[in-house]
Amino acid sequence: MHEYCITQSMLSLALDKAGTAEAVKITKINLALGELSGIVDESVRFYFDFLSKGTVAAGAALSFEKIITRLRCRKCDAVFCPPDGQWACPGCGEVSIEILSGRECYLESIEVE
Amino acid sequence: MTIKVITIAEDILGANEERAQNNRNRLDEQGTLAVNIMASPGAGKTSLILNTIDRLKNKVRMAVIEGDVASTIDAEKVNEKDVAVVQINTAGGCHLDANMIDNALNNLPLEDIDLLLIENVGNLICPVEFALGEHKRVLISSLPEGDDKPHKYPVMFSDVDVVVLNKIDLQPYLNFDIDAFRKTVVGLNPEVKIFPVSCQTGEGLEVWFSWLETLIKDRKDQK
Repeated sequence: MHEYCITQSMLSLALDKAGTAEAVKITKINLALGELSGIVDESVRFYFDFLSKGTVAAGAALSFEKIITRLRCRKCDAVFCPPDGQWACPGCGEVSIEILSGRECYLESIEVE
Repeated sequence: MTIKVITIAEDILGANEERAQNNRNRLDEQGTLAVNIMASPGAGKTSLILNTIDRLKNKVRMAVIEGDVASTIDAEKVNEKDVAVVQINTAGGCHLDANMIDNALNNLPLEDIDLLLIENVGNLICPVEFALGEHKRVLISSLPEGDDKPHKYPVMFSDVDVVVLNKIDLQPYLNFDIDAFRKTVVGLNPEVKIFPVSCQTGEGLEVWFSWLETLIKDRKDQK
């Protein structure tokens, strides 16, 4: 939902790192996004296209690694990936849950020339 | 040209986190307690703030930051009560971020403020991802929204200190199962405090006021 500012922050971080490395062009940007981050790939691509114009990142390919949601049941300690947003523990049925992964929003790496 | 891979492995929102920490430091230097109030539109954020001003204004030095996509309607209501207020219009943005709060803090006399209430943009998704520098996070949920909201927005419910359940005066007219709601929220967030209130009738609000007063007192004692 907030892809515009995510894309801005991601681009600024990528340009900063490319600058430090004295790169002339960023060819690829590798992102890792958790399923719960609510970030839509297509929307990031859309904003990236115009935000990156005139920078060394223009035309870079965007790669999205999806990090699946993993939850831990606080009652029986089972770790599971919730099917279709059903957060009840498949083992004991409790909805007493800790989020282990799925909220990530990382810039993993960039590929530069 | 050879292609080189630069490993970064950094949180994209790292810059926001850093700015939020700066805000927190500024607030701590002055002993100001900052509370980030989040909710869907219409849940009662402004009503809770106005009630809190009425009840605590004579005891506690307060200020408010109002975050809205557009308009100054809420800020004007706060201003009528003679409380310092800064309006942030996000111009379409769905949440407040630490940079906006940094700018707002520049326009507030922090040394004269014990309690800063920050009304976030009405939204149950984005605001939770953006730290502002606040000390406590509060989510207002209200009966007309339905008791299934913790199931639909689990991230928000699992990352707040308090859930204020507003509009309990409407319970006779709605099929809202308060016990089921409470069970789901506590399941997601065992440490959370849940305050059922009505900003309309005032029911339950004393618990909220005394929670705030205790926090403010603790901060003063620490200084």
